[in-house]
Amino acid sequence: MTATPALALEDITCRFAGRDGDAAYTAVANATLRVADGEFVSVVGPTGCGKSTLLNVAAGLLAPSSGVVSVFGKQLQAAEGINRRAGYMFQADALMPWRTGIENVVAGLEFRGVARAEARQQGDAWLRRVGLAGFGDRYPHQMSGGMRKRLALAQTLILRPDILLMDEPFSALDVQTRQLMENELLALWAEDRKSVLFITHDLEEAIALSDRVVVLSAGPGTRPIGDFKIDLPRPRDVSEIRMTPAFLALHREIWGAMKEEVLKAYERQKAA
Amino acid sequence: MRLRSLQILILVVLIALWYLFTKPGLLPNFYFEQDNRAAFFFGEPQKVFHVIIDWFTSGEIFGHLGITLLETVLGFVIGSVFGLGIGLWLALSRTASMVMDPYIKGFNSMPRVVLAPIFAVWFGLGIWSKVALGVTLVFFVVFFNVYQGVREVSPTLIANARMLGASSRQLLRSIYLPSAMSWVFASLHNAVGLAFVGAVVGEYLGSSRGVGYLILQAEGTFDVNTVFAGILVLTAFALVLDAVVGLVEARLMTWQPRASETEKV
Repeated sequence: MTATPALALEDITCRFAGRDGDAAYTAVANATLRVADGEFVSVVGPTGCGKSTLLNVAAGLLAPSSGVVSVFGKQLQAAEGINRRAGYMFQADALMPWRTGIENVVAGLEFRGVARAEARQQGDAWLRRVGLAGFGDRYPHQMSGGMRKRLALAQTLILRPDILLMDEPFSALDVQTRQLMENELLALWAEDRKSVLFITHDLEEAIALSDRVVVLSAGPGTRPIGDFKIDLPRPRDVSEIRMTPAFLALHREIWGAMKEEVLKAYERQKAA
Repeated sequence: MRLRSLQILILVVLIALWYLFTKPGLLPNFYFEQDNRAAFFFGEPQKVFHVIIDWFTSGEIFGHLGITLLETVLGFVIGSVFGLGIGLWLALSRTASMVMDPYIKGFNSMPRVVLAPIFAVWFGLGIWSKVALGVTLVFFVVFFNVYQGVREVSPTLIANARMLGASSRQLLRSIYLPSAMSWVFASLHNAVGLAFVGAVVGEYLGSSRGVGYLILQAEGTFDVNTVFAGILVLTAFALVLDAVVGLVEARLMTWQPRASETEKV
């Protein structure tokens, strides 16, 4: 862990101008977060605490009010724009509805000017890897929610990003599909161990997938308040690991730290 | 099929009523004082169809119809291209859109048919004054739809394309344009109709050829049957144009789910 982290957010503060004379809203305050090369880090926190804000900063989609983002030791300049070494998987559907499955998967290669035939070949290979072989000609609206998520995963991974940013990617799926997708994600990740920053509100999902779980405080002014190492053995099966005593102990420990923040966020939302 | 036969039935009934009420001497007069007055004001269907058949068999209509359709298509294409281009530009540039806002609103609320005489002076009595009128009508329909379409592209979609490495030009080509196109197609049926209106109104106000000119000539001699014949031919071709747009839309918009379509998995 002494090596340069793949992704480092140093002392990040994000303030949003208030609308129509409202006071400015500080979503994230003095947050520091590091992801080592090859490490799978999950960030959990109560709803509306600015998890996605933090991820957008890491992606370079959002310039922080203050603080520094470094990618493999190189500072990410706001002017330069996005984090070119990162792939981002969004919570909402981000597939292009006017492109078929295969056209969506190869979009990134196309943007980079990869030759058509070559892109097509890689795209087919990735469709196979995410279990969508033979579905390349379908449009997104002809696919189920789970299939669309696989497609989005292939679309992101085909560019072989060194850092994978995921914003509650499976939160819209039903429990069964979700566990299948989590296992598939772990299997794909195990192949080449990229760094992952995974945002979720689901503590069980976070523990089952990660090497480390970071707990965020309730907003406004979110920052990490807990950092837990998850030393469960790999490879893991997300549905089975949930039953083990080690998992339960970790869950109890982290939930203890999280509970207060969740209640705080809840109270604040009720009051608003 | 049932639907189609009902539609045809309505057409037959309408024509039958038209015939019944206009044939001199068939029904006792209840409004006009003389037998042939109804026929004078409303024409007679059999004579109207006779005029139409005559037009097509003698080939007289084709030149006029060709001119009108050419004006329509030119007005439609030029108006759509301008609408698309300027719509994209203003939607993507905040400053430009804010600067242009009052002018766009002004031009749009102006009754553009009054421009027809000016266009006749500027572009002469040939086809271009009619095309110009069609362009001003089509432009705004397409423009507002593109503007709206680009403004309502999902931010996630844009963020995703950027993360996948799209440059601003690629963003325009693979996100903004296709997204705007679905809105454009929603407006094209409207736009084709307006291009047609532009062409015919332009001809009506001053021309030497076209279906609008035929109607104007017939009106000058109180030949109401020819006027109705012209109107019927125009209506038929407006329907044809609309069907062509529908076909193109179905070809290009295969990716859109249809409301009643079940997902075939």
